[in-house]
Amino acid sequence: MTLREVKEILEAEVLACEDLLDREPRSACGSDLLSDVLAFTKEQSLLLTGLTNPQVIRTAEMSDLIGVVFVRGKRPEPATVELAVMKKIPLLATRLPMYEACGRLYMRGLKGCSEVE
Amino acid sequence: MTDERPLIELERKIAGGDFQSAGDVSSELKRILQQVGFPPPFSRRVVIAAYEAEMNVVIHAWRGIFRAWIFPNRVHIEVDDEGPGIPDLELAFQEGYSTAPPHIREMGFGAGYGLSNMKKCSDRLEIDTRVGEGTKVIMDFFLNPS
Repeated sequence: MTLREVKEILEAEVLACEDLLDREPRSACGSDLLSDVLAFTKEQSLLLTGLTNPQVIRTAEMSDLIGVVFVRGKRPEPATVELAVMKKIPLLATRLPMYEACGRLYMRGLKGCSEVE
Repeated sequence: MTDERPLIELERKIAGGDFQSAGDVSSELKRILQQVGFPPPFSRRVVIAAYEAEMNVVIHAWRGIFRAWIFPNRVHIEVDDEGPGIPDLELAFQEGYSTAPPHIREMGFGAGYGLSNMKKCSDRLEIDTRVGEGTKVIMDFFLNPS
């Protein structure tokens, strides 16, 4: 599944790096704890989160994540979008709450981080 | 440390409480490791551990110095801070235990996985801490751990 398909499935808006939506996440993680993302997420994953501060992008950068989806209608700070553009990390925003956003992607076959080697 | 000469040495200051710049040092380290040509999984574990250590200084300490020595087959990192120190190291290593204040938790940090994650990502972790003075974190990463 590409990030472009993620955008359609989540009826999401693209906030940064529209040119990188051909990327294909190997797995996904839904969390509002960056500590958990750093400890448990695999590389090439997609992060779904309600957090919007720039440290989300830093965490994505260090963990080699390939995109971030902000859930439940959250909008990031301008500094977050600027950093994402600089680090080439696509940002999407959906009105769906975390559980439903994760559920839709999981039903369409996007695995969780514990399911990929 | 041995007589072996590092390819690159990096030394940067970290300011406690400066969330604007938090992560800049680890980001620079990541760029260097990529340029040297380390495999992505190796660089990833070095950078995640470095970022955890850098964030610990920003969150808990007043100031710190981050030093990295990059060799062809290994990376050595030392993060030395002036700060409150860790009163109970064993407790601090317990997953889920954290002393981070609420505003840090609102940012998504302070879940209590920092030290255990640094241990998981590194091949050797040593912590020297003195209450009221500061903490020194020493980590080694080997490209081919034996």
